[in-house]
This record gives sequence, structure tokens and C-alpha cells, in this order.
Amino acid sequence: MATTDITHDSLARIIAANRRTDVVMASIGILVLMVAGTLLGAVFIDLLASGWERLVNPDFYTNFPSRRPAQAGIISAVVGTSLVMLVTAVIAVPLGVAAGLYLEEYAAKNWLTDLIEINVSNLAGVPSIIYGLLALGLFVYGFGTGETILTAGLTLALLILPVIIVATREAVRSIPQDLREAAYGLGADKWQTVRLYVLPAARPGILTGVIVGLARAIGEAAPVITIGALTFIAFLPPAPLQIESPFINFDWLTSPFTVMPIQMFNWVSRPQAEFHINAAATGVVLMVMTLAMNALAIYIRLRLRRLQR
Amino acid sequence: MTSITTSADRDSGMPLYGGADARFLRRRALWNRVASYLLFLAAAASVLVTVGIVYVLIRDSLPFFAKVSLLEFLTDTQWTPVFENARFGVMTLVSATLTVAGIALAVAIPAGLGLAIYLSEYARPTVREAVKPLLELLEGVPTVVYGFFALLFVTPLLQTFIPGLSGFNLLAPGLVMGIMILPYTASVSEDAMRAVPMGLREAGYALGYSRFRVAAKVVIPAALSGITAAFILGMSRAVGETMVVAIAAGQNPNFGFNPLEGASTITAYIVQMAMGDLPHDSIAYHSVFAAGLALFVITLSFNLVGFFLRRRFREVY
Amino acid sequence: MQRQLNTLMNEQFDDIPAPLGEASPATELRAEVRNLDFWYGDTQALKGVNLRVADRKVTAMIGPSGCGKSTLLRCFNRMHDLYPGNSYGGEIRLFPEDRNLIEMDPGLVRLRIGMVFQKPNPFPKSIFENVAAGLRVRGINAKKPLDERVEQALQGAALWDEVKDRLQESAYGLSGGQQQRLCIARALAPQPDILLLDEPTSALDPIATAKIEDLLTKLHKSVTVIIVTHNMQQAARISNYTAYMHMGKLVEYGVTDDLFTAPREQMTSDYITGRFG
Repeated sequence: MATTDITHDSLARIIAANRRTDVVMASIGILVLMVAGTLLGAVFIDLLASGWERLVNPDFYTNFPSRRPAQAGIISAVVGTSLVMLVTAVIAVPLGVAAGLYLEEYAAKNWLTDLIEINVSNLAGVPSIIYGLLALGLFVYGFGTGETILTAGLTLALLILPVIIVATREAVRSIPQDLREAAYGLGADKWQTVRLYVLPAARPGILTGVIVGLARAIGEAAPVITIGALTFIAFLPPAPLQIESPFINFDWLTSPFTVMPIQMFNWVSRPQAEFHINAAATGVVLMVMTLAMNALAIYIRLRLRRLQR
Repeated sequence: MTSITTSADRDSGMPLYGGADARFLRRRALWNRVASYLLFLAAAASVLVTVGIVYVLIRDSLPFFAKVSLLEFLTDTQWTPVFENARFGVMTLVSATLTVAGIALAVAIPAGLGLAIYLSEYARPTVREAVKPLLELLEGVPTVVYGFFALLFVTPLLQTFIPGLSGFNLLAPGLVMGIMILPYTASVSEDAMRAVPMGLREAGYALGYSRFRVAAKVVIPAALSGITAAFILGMSRAVGETMVVAIAAGQNPNFGFNPLEGASTITAYIVQMAMGDLPHDSIAYHSVFAAGLALFVITLSFNLVGFFLRRRFREVY
Repeated sequence: MQRQLNTLMNEQFDDIPAPLGEASPATELRAEVRNLDFWYGDTQALKGVNLRVADRKVTAMIGPSGCGKSTLLRCFNRMHDLYPGNSYGGEIRLFPEDRNLIEMDPGLVRLRIGMVFQKPNPFPKSIFENVAAGLRVRGINAKKPLDERVEQALQGAALWDEVKDRLQESAYGLSGGQQQRLCIARALAPQPDILLLDEPTSALDPIATAKIEDLLTKLHKSVTVIIVTHNMQQAARISNYTAYMHMGKLVEYGVTDDLFTAPREQMTSDYITGRFG
């Protein structure tokens, strides 16, 4: 039987062919990347171009929503978003960090830990609108917290809880065992080791997760719509700080509100094209905020990685 | 030079434990205890969230299922909750949901896989380091913005190629959603590929395989369960995504799989009903929770399959 | 009271037979290992170890890698308790109060027994905070005692002169040898009963090693030191007593000079002459 001789020529052909597939594969990857990058740019430029006339008008940032598109502004949405985020952070950060610490540092390997882990991973995949239904059925009608800033903050806190738990776990896991042994070797007990050494070392990683989580919460509209966030809010909630004693006022927690993604959704859903301009302008503000937060998180992580090397 | 003394000092009455007094140690032990309980409670609270979700969905959809049989719910092809003789065939909403998710996956699977192969097998580490943040930025764009983009940019653009495309349609949100879930599917599958041990690749190269052959014959088969998980989890995201379809897909509950027409998905229906003033005890109110329950069951099963595939994959390597 | 107890105990010690012939120290006892077994899960790593640790002396543990010397060392401060599945059998009695530290709370044991690890592992904090760490863990937070004891510990670790002007700088700015001396200072600051050293110079260059050895020979005048090393010359240079371990068992234990010049066991002799290990 004739065997194929391996000649210099046939090898060269194979190598050339391999190189061609390599080039094709790399091009596919780069192409996808370019398309993705271009789209990100396109989304932003489209919004910027469509919303420009409102963006450059200072009234847009200081006015309340209005029936007349040319006078409508986002002040109530900006204030609403800020206050809702405050509630979200105050609830989600301690709860998420504590749960992450428990799973990484304390949990024994047993069915209960398994259950909690499956649960957290599943919660991360539950559609955000389902959290909205939870809030509607449990908070608004069950606990009677109504359609308020408190309800929205609580709902979004639950939504980003898995993000913070996972980030905390990863940050804590990346801390070398050396550091723990050093602490225990000095006589620290578990809580001292965690509080004085593990947690401070994990802080940048946790911070990254918190920022990414809050950025996500800022952009979320669906779960806030279901709790019936009104979209025409021509007033501001009571200020959290006041001049008279006791200086801090919690009335704002029970105030009706709107947030930026809802305001944008509301405007984009109107048939009149004039409102779409407002929607685009709101979208720019929203994108700048969330992208800036995500960029900050990426920056912290990169700096952290450089420090660890 | 002052010298460190221990045992000698001990004999002359130096306190034990390097100067920690008993009261401090008792307080420390108490805090240690309390902290471990509190941390456990926080972790357990995450389970309560799931319990709460299941409880609310079931409780508030029970009155619905008291009026509408499960059979009708699953087989009827009409969804007209506010009509005089209301009909509740959830498959109407499911068909639109699956159409959009299918289009999204048709974009995200090839693009995500190509990108993952490129990043894991071809790209230099510096490129990879630069690309991952870009993907994270894409993931960070608010979905309502993507919805705006789908309705007011992609749809008009597509209409110049496809004259029959209606203003609300499933194609544009599907395509946009594909881009939306691309970063997620790409990074999860890339993680899976990178977890394949170098030794396996080296075995491939030692046989004279080209880089592409190593990727196709060694890495992808080895990482298959991880890659599958990536796309199942991506599918789950597409099914549960709300704002893009609520804005761009329209609100007509049409049974069918035509991407050129608008149709209401499960999530879009929930948003639509939630925006109106729902009487608390109406069947329309409860139908929202029934739709939510259906959505939860679908995404939960995807998530669990994805979770166990990923976990099995991690155990292998 | 304390002193009384001590003498009382000493009388008792004379009745306890030395684990391996006459090798055991005639000085005061600081700790005694009795029939110690240790398991990593199902694998037995220590088999019936007996060892008497003399007060304010340096005890070295040598042997081929995997012989259990580090495992034994980590029993002294119950480091193994940090990981699931490990178990002990037997006793390590701590004197003068004669308690079995295997049955004590591991946290309390570690408050009395300090440890220095193979690789320098300072905390990502300032030099001062590293040395103060053990004190803070014990609830000592007032500035004056902290300042005093940090200086004392740094001097004890022969590091004070090198770092006194940059106590607030990060510990990561120090060289490897300085970091290890910092870790020794950190362990000394709370004035431990026993200081455990797990191959403390294996990650260091010869000059840094020499500095640490020099430090250890001075240290033992005031603190009981147990050191694991696989550098036999190091054991010969700095220790008063040496234990030779093999396959989880203590083969021979005696005064360092005797063990190296006239080993009683063939296995010890083979090891120290370099026939294996």
C-alpha cells in the first residue's frame, strides 16, 4: 500500500493552512469585539444626538416632569434615584457582606451550606421583574409599606444582594491563607481574624462588587414599575436633613417617588416624538452614571491586582 | 537593650495570655459567638428571599387558578385578561418570549462562542485584560437604554431592509437582547475554557494539532458542560429580561413565532398590567402573578440546570 | 502562689521517666508531649510522640521532609484546628500549671504560644501595627503600653534600629529577612510562653539567615523556643536540644551536641551523616 510521503512541501502546505485558520479565528474574535464596542458607542451616540437639545438646557436638570415636553425635567427622578440608592445600599451592603463572609469563612460543608449556595446562585438568575412581584405582593400589600422609597430601596437591595454576596466571597477567597494563619497564630479568635485582618484586606474587592451592584440597581426599572412607582411626580420628598432638631428626618422613606429609568421608560412609551428627546437625554444621564460607576469598579480592581503582584 | 521576658516575668506575677485580662477574653468570646450567629442569619436571610418569592407567587396566583384551570392556562392560545369573556392561555405569552429569546441566542451563541475561543485560545493576556472591562461596561448599560435603542434605532434601521416590519416587533428586541447577553455568555464560556488544564492542550499540540484543532477537538469538548451552562444561563436571562421587550415588542398578546410582528412576552405583560391601576383583588391582578409564576418556573429550571452543569464542570477540573 | 506551684510541679517531674533514655533535660519543664497521635483525616501523621520541652531553651526538630516535624510543631498551638477533619490523640501538657493543651480552647492556647511561619507573612499594615497586632488582639489598645511593648519587641527581634524611623510605613517595604524578624517581633510582643518557629529561614538568603540565627541564640535566654528546620547545621548551631523524627515517630531526642556527635540510633546517624533525607 502506498503511504503518503511527508515531504517538505506537504508540511509547508499544512502549516500555511493552519495559519490561515488561525487568522480566520482571530478575526472572528476581533470582529465580534469590534461590533460589540461599536454598538456600545452607537447606543451612546444615538442617545446623545437624540437628546442633545434637552441635555444642554439647564432647565432639564432642575425642572419637574411636565405635560409639555419642552419644559419637562428630571429633578424628581434624580432625587428619587439618590434616595432609593441610599436605602438599597444601607440594606444590601451589610446583609450581603455578612452573608458572603459566613459562606466563605464560617460555613461547614453540609446540606444547609449547599442549600444556601444553590439559593444564592439561583437568586442571581431570578428575573428582576419577579423581585418586583415579590415587592408588590409582600411589601406593598403584605407589610403595607406602600408605593414608597422604602419599598423600592428594599426591593432593589434584595435584587443586588447576590451580586454583593458573590463579590464578597471572591474577595475573601482571594486572601492568602498565610494572613489568616498569622492572625490565628497571634491568638486572634475567628471574629477578630475576620474583622481585623480578612475584611480590611478584602475591602477593595467588596467595594467593587458594591459599586457594580448599585450601578445595576440604578439602571433597573422593571421591579420598581410593579410596585407602582408613579411616573408623574411634580414634588420632592421631604429632605432627610433639616435645620431644626432632631436634624434627621425619616419622612422621605414613606414618600412617593420616581426614579430615572422609570422616567425614561415613561417618556419613551409616549407616542409623541418630543418626549423621546427627553427619554434620550435621561438615557445619557443614566448611562454616564452607570458607566462611570462600572469604570470606577474596574479601576479599583485593576489597581488591586497590580498591588497584589 | 531591653530584653523580652516571658517565663521569668510569669513567675513574678505577670498576667497570663500576654496581658489579656479575663474580662476582655469573656467579652471577646461573647462577640465571637454573636458574630457567627449574625453572619449565619444574614446568609439564611438570602434563603428567605427565595421563600418569599415562591410564597407570594403561589399565594397570589391561587385565586387565579381557582377560576382558570391549569389545562386552559397551558393549552389555550388566547390571552385576553381584560376582555368581557377573558381567556388565559399563557402559551400566547410564552411563544413571544421564546421567539425573542431564540433570536437573542441565535446572536449570542455564535458570537459568544467565537469571542470566548478568541479570548481563551488566541488573544494575548494584555488583549484579554483590556477586553474584559469592555464586556463589563456592555453588561452595565441599563436595560431601559437598550429598550430605547431597540425601538428608536434598531427597528427603524431594520425597516429599511425589511419593509413589512412593524413598529413593534420581536426581531429588534431579540437582536438587541443578543448583544445584551453576549458579554455574560462569552465570559462564562471563556472561564470554562480557561479552566481546561494546559496539560490537555499540550497533549493536543504534541500530536501536531493546529491551534484551531486544539480548540475544536480538545478545549471545547473538555469545557462543553461549562459552555452549555453559559448558554442555558444566557437563555434564562433572555427569558426574564423585561424592559427591552416592554418598550420595543409591543403589548399585543399574539400566539405565534413571527419575529416581524409585535407580541407581548410574559415580562412585558407584567409591566403592562402593573402600569395600569390594578384592582387588588381582580382576576387581572392575580393573572399577573400567574404569569410571574410561569416565568419563575421557566427561569428556575434553566438556572438549576446551569448551576449543576457548572458545578460538575468545576469538580472535573 | 505561682512560684509555689512551680516548685511543687518540679518535684513531680523528677518521677516522670524521660521518654527516651536519659536524653531529657534536667532543667525545668515548660511542656511535655505524651503519646501524641495526630491524624489528617484517615492518615496518621504522628505516632505516639513523647517529648519534653525545657524552659527557656531552644529545642530543634529535624528530620526528612514529611517526617511530621512541622505537624508536631503545629500541634503546640493547635493550628490544625483551623481545618476540618484533623484529630489528636494523647496529650501535650503545659507547665507550670500542668494542663493538657489538646483539651484547652485553641484560641486560649494560641494566646500563650506564638508562632513564626516558613514564609514571612506580615499583615498589609504599617510596621507598628504589625507588631502591635498581637496586643490589640488581647484588648491592649492604649497608646502608652502599645508604644512600649512594640519598641521592646522590635528590640528583642533586633529590628528596632533599622525601623524606628519608619514605624508608620508599610511592612511590605521591608526586605525578606527584615519581614521575618518583624514576624518574630510580632510573635514576641505579647510575651508568649513558647515561641514556635516553622523553618523560619528557609525562604531567606544566607546573610538574613545568619541574622535570625544570631537572634535566636540570644532569644532563648528569655523565651522557650521550638524550631523546626531541615538544615541540620542550623539545629546544631542554635539549639540546646534536638529531636530527630522519622515517619511520624520521634526516633531520638537529646542534648544537641550529644545527638550530633554520638547518636544512639542507627537511623539518626544515617540522617546526620547525609545517607538519606
